[in-house]
Amino acid sequence: MTTSVWEPVIGIEVHVELRTDSKMFCGCAVGFGEEPNTNTCPVCLGLPGALPVTNQRAIEWIVAIGLALGCQVTPVSVFHRKNYFYADLPKNYQISQYDIPVCQDGHLDVDVDGETIRVGIERAHMEEDTGKSRHVGAGGRIHAAEATLLDFNRSGVPLVEIVSRPDIHSAGQARAYAQELRAVVAELGVSDARMEEGSIRFDANVSIRPEGDDVLGTKIEVKNMNSFRSLERAVEYEIARQVEVLEGGGELVQETRHWDEEAGMTHSMRVKEGSSDYRYFTEPDLLPMVLEDAWVDGIASRLPELPAARRSRYAAVGLDRQTVAVLSGADADLRRLYDDAVAAGASPSSAANWVTGEITATLRRTGSSVADSHLSGAIVADLVKMIEEGDVSSSAAKEVLAGVTEGEGLPRDVAQARDLLQISDTSALEALVDEVLGEHPDAVERYRGGETKLVGFLVGAVMRASAGKADPKLANQLITRRLEP
Amino acid sequence: MSLADLSLTEAAARLASGEVSAVELADAVFERATMTEADLHCYLTIDREGARLAARESDARRREGGALGPLDGIPVAVKDNFTTRGVETTAGSQILAGYKPPYDAHAVERLRSGGAVVVGKTNLDEFAMGSSTEHSAYGPSRNPWDPNRVPGGSSGGSAAAVAVGSAMGAYGSDTGGSIRQPASLCGVVGVKPTYGRVSRYGLIAFASSLDQIGPLARTVEDAAALLEGVWGHDPRDSTSLVGDYPDLGRALATGVEGVRIGLVTEFGGEGYEPDVVAATRAMLDRLEAAGAEIVEVSVPTADVALSAYYLISPAEASANLARFDGIRYGNRVGGETTEELMARTRAEGFGPEVTRRVLLGTYSLSAGYYDAFYGKAQEVRALLSREFALAYEKADVLVSPTSPTVAFEVGAKTSDPLAMYLSDICTIPSNLTGHPAVSVPVGLDSAGLPIGFQVMAPALGEERMFAVAAEVERLAAFTARPALAGAEAA
Amino acid sequence: MAIDIDIAHVARLARLALDDSELETYRRQLGVILEHAARVQAVATGDVEPIAHPLGLTNAFREDKVVPSLDRDEVLAQAPEHRDGYFVVPPAMEAL
Repeated sequence: MTTSVWEPVIGIEVHVELRTDSKMFCGCAVGFGEEPNTNTCPVCLGLPGALPVTNQRAIEWIVAIGLALGCQVTPVSVFHRKNYFYADLPKNYQISQYDIPVCQDGHLDVDVDGETIRVGIERAHMEEDTGKSRHVGAGGRIHAAEATLLDFNRSGVPLVEIVSRPDIHSAGQARAYAQELRAVVAELGVSDARMEEGSIRFDANVSIRPEGDDVLGTKIEVKNMNSFRSLERAVEYEIARQVEVLEGGGELVQETRHWDEEAGMTHSMRVKEGSSDYRYFTEPDLLPMVLEDAWVDGIASRLPELPAARRSRYAAVGLDRQTVAVLSGADADLRRLYDDAVAAGASPSSAANWVTGEITATLRRTGSSVADSHLSGAIVADLVKMIEEGDVSSSAAKEVLAGVTEGEGLPRDVAQARDLLQISDTSALEALVDEVLGEHPDAVERYRGGETKLVGFLVGAVMRASAGKADPKLANQLITRRLEP
Repeated sequence: MSLADLSLTEAAARLASGEVSAVELADAVFERATMTEADLHCYLTIDREGARLAARESDARRREGGALGPLDGIPVAVKDNFTTRGVETTAGSQILAGYKPPYDAHAVERLRSGGAVVVGKTNLDEFAMGSSTEHSAYGPSRNPWDPNRVPGGSSGGSAAAVAVGSAMGAYGSDTGGSIRQPASLCGVVGVKPTYGRVSRYGLIAFASSLDQIGPLARTVEDAAALLEGVWGHDPRDSTSLVGDYPDLGRALATGVEGVRIGLVTEFGGEGYEPDVVAATRAMLDRLEAAGAEIVEVSVPTADVALSAYYLISPAEASANLARFDGIRYGNRVGGETTEELMARTRAEGFGPEVTRRVLLGTYSLSAGYYDAFYGKAQEVRALLSREFALAYEKADVLVSPTSPTVAFEVGAKTSDPLAMYLSDICTIPSNLTGHPAVSVPVGLDSAGLPIGFQVMAPALGEERMFAVAAEVERLAAFTARPALAGAEAA
Repeated sequence: MAIDIDIAHVARLARLALDDSELETYRRQLGVILEHAARVQAVATGDVEPIAHPLGLTNAFREDKVVPSLDRDEVLAQAPEHRDGYFVVPPAMEAL
């Protein structure tokens, strides 16, 4: 048997922390990296007598996420209590959603290796995050025994869980799905969506089955990936491991495995008790949420352009796949610069080349942002037009750009001041051409004898004679015309 | 007669006229407590210092013509499942011994901002689970009419304190009858308002969908004033009611002329003491004579309401009490692992009744049993609501005994949980439907123990309910006081 | 109706460290209560839908506004064990 007969079946669960000002069910601030237990109150500490009240913005934002993923927004949804004891879960139940989540049945189209796959979204539901626990050893401190320290600043931060259908069939697809989902969430501006800080977290459910089979294999949940690369590696490893187990005649058990980035392997976490019994029931401290169509439509109308739509818009104006990918992945202000340049009349492909090429490089070199770069869509359009009309050469245009970003003025003024304008006036150039042809009778003779490639030499001579300011294209034309029989 | 025996309304009038001071009222109540606590154990904590300070401040406000709340200067008690900032709050449980909350419950906040003098925290069955106050980890309270008997529960401390005069009024919580049943057993008025009328913020939850705060008082008028002192919308409780809160004081004088009063036929028969049944009948006759129209109505599902209640309330409780794990507050019993620490903390910190209900609730929610137990109980609850809605088409208010029996002897039912549960058979339906209900004392049985009469109304029907309750009170002319009240004079 | 109760499992789910004789007592008591409670199963509830709030309220939301948190010292003063601003539990975490 070879691995090619196994089909990996992968579903991904994503947890997105929303960056609302206050927590999901109380008014404590949502922060990051603050002193432990400073953003806490009776509600998020689970003190006796405390009651939750739902943050409306969190609901708006999960609806926005759901709409962006093509989900149905459930007209009446409810919260449930998910009961399990854990030290970082203050009430020892999590307020979550069970059978009636806010968003259901969507999809996300993902480009992988030149093709587009559609990954179904089963649901997106609202819940609250847990606190954080940190293990500390005895260390050098005499009184500090080995212990686990608990910080509840993160407790109660709004969390959206997005569950995909098992429509993913390779590690590469898993990574592409995760990246695309992150891009969508980032575009909506509802989360910091930083994997390394844990504000977006990906878990993978991986199983394999013989190709062509309909039955799903034993599902293994893989956790603890903190980058897209580690997600891809973990899934890849897990697929290979499962293949090895099955081909070795072994059996897989349903379990949760932990990805060890350093070792590059997954290892088993202890099996959950009796397949975990969460005893879900409707949260009696919260009321059902009735989300009116008009309200949902309002959110839909305010959605920004999503990455996929942007990509098709770019592709539609003729940008190549590579440029589309680079531009789509660029910062929002760079993309806006591009869009504005095109709106100001620049050709889409030239504008894209400049924005993703020289402009990005210049900004990176000078460490400045679009906002403080003196650049605007109109300026980029001017620059592109100057090149196209032969007013400056491509290489001179780079100098013009540098001058503009250094605050020397508009492109034409910079070109003038720095003496970079090309001689693109036909009569002025004709004189130069005649002069050069007169100086090189030998070359003229040979050209006429059929060595037409000598036009390059003659253009070079014109360029030298003009100190580089001649428009080479125009010079070429004039030379050719002159030497025609 | 001691100032402690004044009705709240009378005390308020004397405060207004300057005849008495808030400090004098508080002292009278403290004196009564000093005389009776050894026998009755109404309180878990008496906050003499805090109360005296509040009383002095109230007197100062009055002297200086400052703004006064309706309960300004009135000494009241709150059940020990209301959180009080910096004042020990145990909910009657060992697991919370010594716990001083960092915040006040909404009701406590309202009392303090309204100038009331909170004298202390009353005893209760642990986490309000019980009908006798015998399940308190700190020892039972006793009935002022006969200290060999229970005051009822779970707000037994509040009921006994009001009956004996160690508080001028008190607050309790009612999840299945925990205000009305002890009110009935102690001969005082007890009100469970419509679910959502009083914010539950800061009430240590037993069963969130059933819990409701309400007053215990010596008169219906006092109860109205106490209720108005704490009710109203609170944005910190999502289930809190927005909207109209009627003027209860005005409702009191409207009488029962033409009011249709329905006797719920299911509340009678086996298990009901003859004196209780007779007192209920007698009151109906008087109400009829006073102009009410008496009808009999049937609410068939009321018979299984108790069963539904003993599935729903423990289920909610099993989650509500999960937070008591020995990590962030309360007592801890150590362990090698966090799991062991939690399990030992909880096993040692909870008494048997709480343990029993947590197990029961965990079971009825667990995989494989949910549909047959918890799920089905929720359907029964919905059906019960539908039947009550039909009953309220035939009657404006419904009535019944508050409890099938008068106060029973200490220890009589502690070994038989089910028998104890049956004590709440008449009160539980109002919690399941969320409707308001009140218990009014209507007389004594042949052994001299008080009998309560329950008036139930549809949701938001407090106005009508108080009108009928006030009429019941007038007709009953119940003026007896327990022997222990007035102990100073003896 | 005989009701089967795996009381040790239930106690584990509820995080209650009970000994065998306690477990047996509770198992028996739960059996009696559940037998009574099982009467709900005989009720023909028909098409009723469970109700979420007795008065049918929906949609209680709060604005996304920060309000001051509690004073940490006051909170930690109630903790059985705390260190450097953290709550403390034993080092070994358990299987979920």
